[in-house]
Amino acid sequence: MANPNSTVDAVDDTDRRDFITVAAGAFAAIGLGPLVWPMLDQMNPDASALALGSVEIDLSPIAVGQAITIMWRGKPIFIRNRAEGEIQAAETTQISALPDRFARNENLSEDAPAVDRNRAGEGHENWLVVIGICTHLGCIPRGQRVGDSKGEFGGWFCPCHGSHYDTAGRIRKGPAPRNMEVPPYTFLSDTRIKIG
Amino acid sequence: MAHKSNYVPHSAFEKWLDERLPVVRLMKDQFIDFPTPRNLNYWWTFGGILIFCLIAQIMTGVVLAMHYVANEALAFQSIEHIMRNVNWGWLIRYTHAVGASMFFAAAYLHMFRGLYYGSYKAPREILWILGVVILLLMIATSFMGYSLPWGQMSFWAVTVITNLFSSFDSVIPGLGTRIVQWVWGGFSVGNPTLNRLFSLHYLLPFMIAGVVALHIWALHVPGNNNPTGIDVKRSSEALPFHPYYSIKDGFALAVFAIVFAAFVFYAPNYLGHSDNYIPADPLVTPTHIVPEWYFLPFYAILRAIPSKLFGVVGMFGAIAVLFVVPWLDSSPVRSLRYRPLLKPFFWAFVATCVVLGYLGAMPPEGIYLLSARLATFYYFAFFLVVLPVVGRVETPTQMPGSITEDIMSNEQRRRAALEGGTPSGAPAAPEKR
Repeated sequence: MANPNSTVDAVDDTDRRDFITVAAGAFAAIGLGPLVWPMLDQMNPDASALALGSVEIDLSPIAVGQAITIMWRGKPIFIRNRAEGEIQAAETTQISALPDRFARNENLSEDAPAVDRNRAGEGHENWLVVIGICTHLGCIPRGQRVGDSKGEFGGWFCPCHGSHYDTAGRIRKGPAPRNMEVPPYTFLSDTRIKIG
Repeated sequence: MAHKSNYVPHSAFEKWLDERLPVVRLMKDQFIDFPTPRNLNYWWTFGGILIFCLIAQIMTGVVLAMHYVANEALAFQSIEHIMRNVNWGWLIRYTHAVGASMFFAAAYLHMFRGLYYGSYKAPREILWILGVVILLLMIATSFMGYSLPWGQMSFWAVTVITNLFSSFDSVIPGLGTRIVQWVWGGFSVGNPTLNRLFSLHYLLPFMIAGVVALHIWALHVPGNNNPTGIDVKRSSEALPFHPYYSIKDGFALAVFAIVFAAFVFYAPNYLGHSDNYIPADPLVTPTHIVPEWYFLPFYAILRAIPSKLFGVVGMFGAIAVLFVVPWLDSSPVRSLRYRPLLKPFFWAFVATCVVLGYLGAMPPEGIYLLSARLATFYYFAFFLVVLPVVGRVETPTQMPGSITEDIMSNEQRRRAALEGGTPSGAPAAPEKR
């Protein structure tokens, strides 16, 4: 305890106490950090979710103009065998007409432009593979089934908040900010595809 | 209102307890003797009704949790199990589901009352802010509770609302996606999501109860506002809470309970959506996603703004703006009774909220979208333009000097009307002089 009669001692004591307070606070913070992080990180996708690797699909039963939906990592994947007219419509669309000018294709670099050949694979122009989730708020757009509304651009239409996608899965009209994403995939043969 | 304690411990035990934990004294001072303005009308009964709602939700909820299974494969079936097999399960679940709607109905009326009579003004700013905090907690709790049956509406409501966080991608690329996957515990809404929503749905009501305790504490420091907005000046202008207001609140609660019971027994699904009786299907989005009625105005604001990020900002801003209402309103007069200029703006605001609720249920196109944009504009303009400006330019009408004066002039008017003549000693129709 400080001697109340000695002002010099009291001043020294205050400085020491400041140091001890700051040091104790700093150590408490350092100790708290490693305790808080597991509490937060436990909510991230766990090992079993990360392990849901890849799926292989046989494309041969899908006729021209047809589309199928398969599940990959809990998400719907749209695979459409595009008709000639649909490919042409997608290819002739000017980049300047697109709200999102990036291809959003995980097989390409991030800044690849959203031209049709960057959305569908080279040599496989008829096959469009996209994650079938509206980039606005995560609804599943319509347009996979025969009777569905395909929107104003012949691709997909999201009923939740009215986003229209074209035949390359690119956003054309409505609140969605981005093109539907192209998942990582490879053609194993002309009629077999591996996603993931 | 600070007042002298009237508690006198009688028995030796009461005395012994009072010296160690004066909880009986606290209850007597705050909930029996508490001086309450004598002129409160029925709009002041919603506080008590809301406490009833919170207790009812917690009690029925605890029972439901004894039978519910938070697993994506079993949740939907466990709800049907509660409805068909559990003794009285249908009653408890319908009470809980309808109870959420009744809770919000009462909370909204409570808030409109606070806005009308200026209950947010000094010295009750903290009281008002705590109320907004309770509203936010109620919104989070009811949203999580709605997800638990794991029907189509549950699943897609969770998908759409959690995806709101992905709008942060347009601020820092990748941030929004990381947050959303952290919330989901996966790459899509799934079992981990359902499990954590259940855990938090059980936690938040107790946090609400905690903030309610602070809300009542903050109420009991300055005491109740009243329809005149004039402070209590004499002890004769206040009455002890019990029996005067315990009876009044009790009567209002009984009437409220009749409406509550009418829904539970005669229209238990009227306020819900039939699509939620279809099990969740991650491959099919319902054509028409609508939230519960009490979220419709906010949903309309979200959809009215043609940008993902700003739609989200607008929706949360609609609640955030309430926090600063005490400082936006520039008028020193509390009650709208004496604010002729603000009154029509206030009723237009109430109508706007109702219209937004209607538009939130309509498809976002054509005239609906245009109306929603106009209504969203007025919603914010009321707070950010009307409240600050009107208070500066308005001339308030003549206010009575005190609560007593207000009561006396009402009494004179009533007598004059009864006798069909002029009361002696009072000017005829003083407001027309």
